[in-house]
Amino acid sequence: MTVLAEGMAGSRPRTPAGRAVAALNRTAIHVFLALIGLVWLVPTLGLFVTSFRPRADIQSTGWWDIVNLHLTLENYSQVLQAQGMLQAFLNTIFITVPSTLLPLAICAMAAYAFSWMRFPFRDSLFLIVVGLLMVPVQVAFIPVLTGMRELLPDLQLTRNYGAIWLAHTAFALPFGIFLLRNFFITLPPDMIEAARIDGASDVNIFRNIVVPVSVPAIAAYGIFQFLWVWNDLLMALVFVQDSTKYPMTRAIQSLLSQYGTEWHLLAAGAFLLMVVPLIVFFSLQRYFVQGLLAGSIK
Amino acid sequence: MGLAPTPVATREIPARAGLEAARRARGPESPKWGATILFLAPAGVLLLVFLIYPALYTVLLSFNRGRNGIFNEWVGLDNYARLFSDADFLNFSTFPPSGALWNNVLWLVFYVSIVIFLGLIIAVVAARVRYEALLKAIVFVPMAIAATALAVIWKFVYSPDANIGLLNAILGGIGVAPIPWLGDQNIVNFALIAVGIWGSVGFATVILSAAVKSIPAEVIESARVEGANERQIFFRMILPMVSLPISVLAVTLVVNVIKLFDLIFVMTGGGPGKASQVIAFTMYQQAFEAGQFGYGSAVAVVMLVLLTPIMIFNVRRFRTGSVT
Repeated sequence: MTVLAEGMAGSRPRTPAGRAVAALNRTAIHVFLALIGLVWLVPTLGLFVTSFRPRADIQSTGWWDIVNLHLTLENYSQVLQAQGMLQAFLNTIFITVPSTLLPLAICAMAAYAFSWMRFPFRDSLFLIVVGLLMVPVQVAFIPVLTGMRELLPDLQLTRNYGAIWLAHTAFALPFGIFLLRNFFITLPPDMIEAARIDGASDVNIFRNIVVPVSVPAIAAYGIFQFLWVWNDLLMALVFVQDSTKYPMTRAIQSLLSQYGTEWHLLAAGAFLLMVVPLIVFFSLQRYFVQGLLAGSIK
Repeated sequence: MGLAPTPVATREIPARAGLEAARRARGPESPKWGATILFLAPAGVLLLVFLIYPALYTVLLSFNRGRNGIFNEWVGLDNYARLFSDADFLNFSTFPPSGALWNNVLWLVFYVSIVIFLGLIIAVVAARVRYEALLKAIVFVPMAIAATALAVIWKFVYSPDANIGLLNAILGGIGVAPIPWLGDQNIVNFALIAVGIWGSVGFATVILSAAVKSIPAEVIESARVEGANERQIFFRMILPMVSLPISVLAVTLVVNVIKLFDLIFVMTGGGPGKASQVIAFTMYQQAFEAGQFGYGSAVAVVMLVLLTPIMIFNVRRFRTGSVT
């Protein structure tokens, strides 16, 4: 991991003038990186501090005025109760959990078939899945909405969570199948073969061998899908029509369009939206980065 | 993720594991139909109902007036003709050009290049310090949070009120009048692109950092012994060796740009006026706010067409991957 860094450290200049230049370079590096760190921290930090400042303070001075800092939890209680963010938080959970578990199960099954079962046109079908990766979700908006109205009027899928669960699941499939299949084919063939010789069925091999040994890959994909759904606004705009079922992204968006300058509410709301992804990020950073990068680096 | 479309982030990046590996797998000689259907049916049905059938429906609807989303009046290419003569969509009569599609071009040029450039610089420079992991984590955090939250964070930074917005407070400190970053149609797109860059650099840094580190230290060292300076090492050795990850990253970022929606919708609503609209925004607005389903379908088809070269690129890469 540190090959390059060590290589560079090993090349110290030997003359005093060379050392001075190197020291200057090192200072420049630290200044540059400190600047980058500040630019990436300060905007979020500012909103975080603001979320604890009383409304009157926010209107009169900037958050950087730490001399007169008063902190309160009032903003959070107001946004959670009066602005319905608690309900929106629960709605986000109701939307996200099935929209994560369903694709996990369905993708793992299909990926198993594409890696360890034999059937005609298997590779052609898989190339179709690779092609479907690029189909934008926009093409589904109109047909799914009108089709549901025409075909399934009684189900009222956009009045409950049915439409958004199914839409999130379907649009997660190409990537999930692709990702998990690329992991499954790296499993040792002998392991699968031995189980087959012992008379294990595909269902048994999948459940007792492939899934247990693939937990890291499945977890990485699960975290990725979870955050994707948690953070989504567009799909919720289209597929959730009942305002009592809006997720947090949508609640914050309407908060912003109604009270664009009520920063005490917006800041607290935005942090409620961010808190779960941030916990996931800091506690599962390794899986998280894997999930996001999976496939991009061989 | 900060920039919503990122699941694609990795979506279009086929791992090198080709089809050959799977072909080597010794399954039973004859297919077991029952098990095959059991494993594939759920995915197959959902893909047919929610992706393949809707894509075809939308393509057909784009040739129709499409009131209420049904086929009521065939209009041929009328929707496309209206779309490309709509100054809000693409307008070359002014300089600089304007319109939603043009804004996507602005994003493509500035967002993609600056994200890659900054990501590479940070990856290379951070590799020389001990706090590398911390710095990469800080830059990566925006990837975890929703574009909706990014929008709130940056609307706050950009606030025209110097008591609220940090940028205008800094400008005020050096005696410059507040700038309406999101309210001026000549600035708004660049202000938004800056937020997009802020949200995506961490992704580029993490990918490129892994690539830079895969270059063996001895190679760099021997170049240095032979008298190469840092600039030569960067341009002649590091850059060529990370060109493949860069191309993969560039494709990901291009897809992000074509699908860009959440950030614009929350930060500016396409405004001021229509100055910051992008193609995915036009699709949403035409279909769901203006109720023009045929016209909105045509916009969705344009998006699909823009993504098709990347689709072909992916499938090709995957197939050639199976040969090598």
